[in-house]
Amino acid sequence: MNLEPVIGLEVHVELKTESKMFSPSPAHFGAEPNTNTNVIDWGHPGVLPVVNKTAIEFGMKAALALNCKIASHTKFDRKNYFYPDNPKAYQISQFDQPIGYDGYIDIEVNGQTKRIRIERVHLEEDAGKNMHGEHGSSYVDLNRQGTPLIEIVSEADIRSPEEAQAYLDTIKQLIQFTKVSDVKMQEGSMRCDANISLRPFGQEAFGTKAEIKNLNSFSYVKKGLEYEISRQEKVLNAGGALQQETRRYDEATGNTILMRTKEGSSDYRYFPEPDIPNLVISDEWISDVKASLPQMPKERVARYVDAYKLPEYDAVVLTATVEMSDFFEETVRHEADPKQASNWLMGEVSAYLNSEQVELHDTAMTPKALAEMINLIADGTISSKIAKKVFRELVENGSDDVKALVEDKGWVQLSDPSKLLPIISDTLDKNEQSIEDYKNGKDRAMGFLVGQVMKQTRGQANPGMVNKLLKEELDKR
Amino acid sequence: MAINEETVRQVAKLAKLEIEEESVHAFTKEMDSIIEMVEQLEGLDTEGIEGTYHGLQQHNVWREDKAEKGTDREELFKNVKTRKDGFIEVPEMFENGGSEA
Amino acid sequence: MDFMDYTLEELHEQLVKKEVTAVELVEAAYARIDATDEQVGAFLALNKEEALKAARETDEKGIDPHNVLSGIPVGIKDNILTKGVTTTASSKMLEDFVPVYDATATEKLREAGMISVGKLNMDEFAMGGSTENSAFKLTRNPWDLSKVPGGSSGGSAAAVAAGQVPVSLGSDTGGSVREPAAFTGLVGMKPTYGRVSRYGLIAFGSSLDQIGPFTRTVKDNALVLNAISGHDPKDSTSFEGETPDFTEQIDQGVKGLRIGVPKEYFNEDAKETGVIESVRAALKVYEEMGAEIVDVSLPHSRYGIPAYYIIASSEASSNLQRFDGIRYGYRAEDTHSLEDIYVKSRSEGFGLEVKRRIMLGTFSLSSGFYDAHFKKAAQARTLIRKDFDTVFADVDVLVSPTTTSTAFDIGGKIDDPLAMYMSDILTVPVNLAGVPSLSIPCGFSNDMPVGMQLIGNHFDEQMLYRVAYAFEQATDHHKQKPAFKGGE
Ligand SMILES: [Mg+2]
Ligand SMILES: [Zn+2]
Repeated sequence: MNLEPVIGLEVHVELKTESKMFSPSPAHFGAEPNTNTNVIDWGHPGVLPVVNKTAIEFGMKAALALNCKIASHTKFDRKNYFYPDNPKAYQISQFDQPIGYDGYIDIEVNGQTKRIRIERVHLEEDAGKNMHGEHGSSYVDLNRQGTPLIEIVSEADIRSPEEAQAYLDTIKQLIQFTKVSDVKMQEGSMRCDANISLRPFGQEAFGTKAEIKNLNSFSYVKKGLEYEISRQEKVLNAGGALQQETRRYDEATGNTILMRTKEGSSDYRYFPEPDIPNLVISDEWISDVKASLPQMPKERVARYVDAYKLPEYDAVVLTATVEMSDFFEETVRHEADPKQASNWLMGEVSAYLNSEQVELHDTAMTPKALAEMINLIADGTISSKIAKKVFRELVENGSDDVKALVEDKGWVQLSDPSKLLPIISDTLDKNEQSIEDYKNGKDRAMGFLVGQVMKQTRGQANPGMVNKLLKEELDKR
Repeated sequence: MAINEETVRQVAKLAKLEIEEESVHAFTKEMDSIIEMVEQLEGLDTEGIEGTYHGLQQHNVWREDKAEKGTDREELFKNVKTRKDGFIEVPEMFENGGSEA
Repeated sequence: MDFMDYTLEELHEQLVKKEVTAVELVEAAYARIDATDEQVGAFLALNKEEALKAARETDEKGIDPHNVLSGIPVGIKDNILTKGVTTTASSKMLEDFVPVYDATATEKLREAGMISVGKLNMDEFAMGGSTENSAFKLTRNPWDLSKVPGGSSGGSAAAVAAGQVPVSLGSDTGGSVREPAAFTGLVGMKPTYGRVSRYGLIAFGSSLDQIGPFTRTVKDNALVLNAISGHDPKDSTSFEGETPDFTEQIDQGVKGLRIGVPKEYFNEDAKETGVIESVRAALKVYEEMGAEIVDVSLPHSRYGIPAYYIIASSEASSNLQRFDGIRYGYRAEDTHSLEDIYVKSRSEGFGLEVKRRIMLGTFSLSSGFYDAHFKKAAQARTLIRKDFDTVFADVDVLVSPTTTSTAFDIGGKIDDPLAMYMSDILTVPVNLAGVPSLSIPCGFSNDMPVGMQLIGNHFDEQMLYRVAYAFEQATDHHKQKPAFKGGE
């Protein structure tokens, strides 16, 4: 039987607020266990949640970036279940009135654009962390408890592991542009669960689905879905029936492992959170938030092509990450030629980031410094060869004043004829044979002479100027 | 009967309560009379009526995003029965992978 | 010093004039507790050392002549958190729980200069109407030690009625301040939902719970409510509007006011006719003072009990899930897995009534029953609330009995949960609607005090105190004292 995968993804994204979703303790973890927590995070008797307004706005920003509508009335609900990382034994989440709904994103797979619909974006609090230890014990750290999250639920529009990856890439890119999250799967600020079922091509109805948890890297998503497709295929092709179940991706084997079946599934007993008054979101508030959103990649591409006359290819590469895109724009704002700025960022800069496995903000280079360097090349102050040295200096140590830097280092290109001429005359005097060769039409002689002048100036001479002056001097002899 | 013993067992499981087998029958009878009482509501026409889920009809109450230092960890651990270093120690969980945020 | 002989203002005057010191008041409280609590059983914990220290500091600092509560002893219901002082909600689950923070109400009392002498017995997690559901002790009614003091704030009521403290705090989810106030001849207030912060009140029914004071007189009550009211940034459900001075209009009288009498709240077939007779007599008093008595109807209040038991139990089932034996509270011995800790700790830590409510609430929220139970109850609640809105367009205040009978015998209803639930029939609609309500003594039946319930519009506590004060000035029910003095 020829089977088609039907995939829907649930993506959790941590919001980068100062304090937690419902309590004022710091929303940064990585600190000593249980130090960024308070009685509210611990679910002590009598504590109450108070909503973080910035978290609401961040949720709105993310939802808007995913082309969602924003609910005019929204509220929080309790999702009840017992677990040691869930101190109240309920998670405050949103059940039937998510802050964002009816969105979509366009993904690119094999040169084709495909639209994936987004059912909802809702706000909720993260759980703490369980460390699984030895001696039959686990260890609970509640530092992460209460960190604001958004959960992005796609429609079941995804048809392959490749599309799933492209979907995640695009979600990551868009959320990153809103700056409400770091969206890093390896650090856990973006996490993914998948619902997947198979059905015969052409069939409308969905098959029996499995939910896969713990797909916490881009490659796990692909591997986990591939494994699950083949597992389900085997069962169906053997004439078997699937059961609705929750499975966990096992990083060690690349397999998915059964966690529980539908019968064993929890009844979360959702109900409206009585401790938090409802939210009413005015059109005015929505447009204010919209206005505060940075421009999204698609619009930036159009602007780069239109205003900066960049090739579309450049524009797309530069907008792959918000950091690169912002860096580019800032460089242009410091009066660098857009195409030159683009060339540097896509060329030397990207190569450096790749080889060093770092990100732009890990380097010492500022957009202003890059712009200054580009302008020093343009006005001939430095040669493109020296520029590579300057670049190295900028990424490693940085500079507030690149012109002063190149002067200090003695990297300024020699273009002044009055300084070059004596050196050229001297070189010619010492190389009678080359003059003769030149006169006899041997091209290599010119190259040799230029090389000698460059050597004399320790590479600082402007090669174009040397060429021009040499020709004039040779013609005089 | 509004509720049977099987349902009582299921509800107890959800609530993480143990109803001893010998008292399930009596407990079910008692729950049944309580549930029958609350099911008087069936007689009330609520077609098209919005539910009231809050004690006070007020909206958009929030705080600004300012972080305050957490509660002193030793204070929090005063009421904890089992700990290891800065962690709360619990028996190992068979269902791996943590919570379901 | 007998607290029963003085109002708060009188005690304050003596303090200011240095005829008595804060230390003497606190010592008087402990002396009275010593003499009576063996029989009454109001207190679960006493914090004598800290109380005396606070009293000494108050005396040294001098009594603030503008702060009527300064130096006055108070007792606090044991579901209101007191930092460093064991707070159990009368549950084995929290037998050794020491809070690491103060409830906002506790903090406000302290800021007002009041001195907490100890924690008061209650029905476990405030579930019950007799204080017989405490895991620790029985509290008896000072008017008749064979009778219950009401509940769930039975300890708070008994302590004031026995003269152990002049003031106490209770909490009211479905009548838990008003019923015990009625049973013990006191003034008990359930403020408008949102008037008093719930931060640090161990949650029972989150959308219904309010903290309120027990006092001997109406004005005393208004003075204490003044101290604990106001928006709390830590409680989003606390009212963001202004807090008035609740004593401001207290002496304006009732002339020209319209007093509504909801016919559904007067069950003429009740076994104990003395209750309704006392309230009817009180209505006569109001009429003589120039109020207009108006018959009104609250037709949906008859659905109050089922709606209340579903909503309160559902919220409670969720609120009480945090008691899982992991971070605080009771943990069963001899457990072999996480599930074991959860199930055994909860099964051994919670009492029977708490388990009943958790079971009912879990059932009402579970898939398949949510619509017919929880949602339906929330819709009924809307109708009940609208009834109140409608009548308050026409009248200034409602008057009814607080309870259908006076205090019943200890053991009388404890084995019949439904009969116990029905004791709340006149009080629960008020919590569902969120409106304020005050119970004041209005007479005697079977030699036990009768409570009259005054119900006001949202945030109109001023009106309740005004109407109650007028009655108190015209009568002397509040001056009656139980014969019991302890020591026998
Ligand atoms: Mg989910
Ligand atoms: Zn989630």
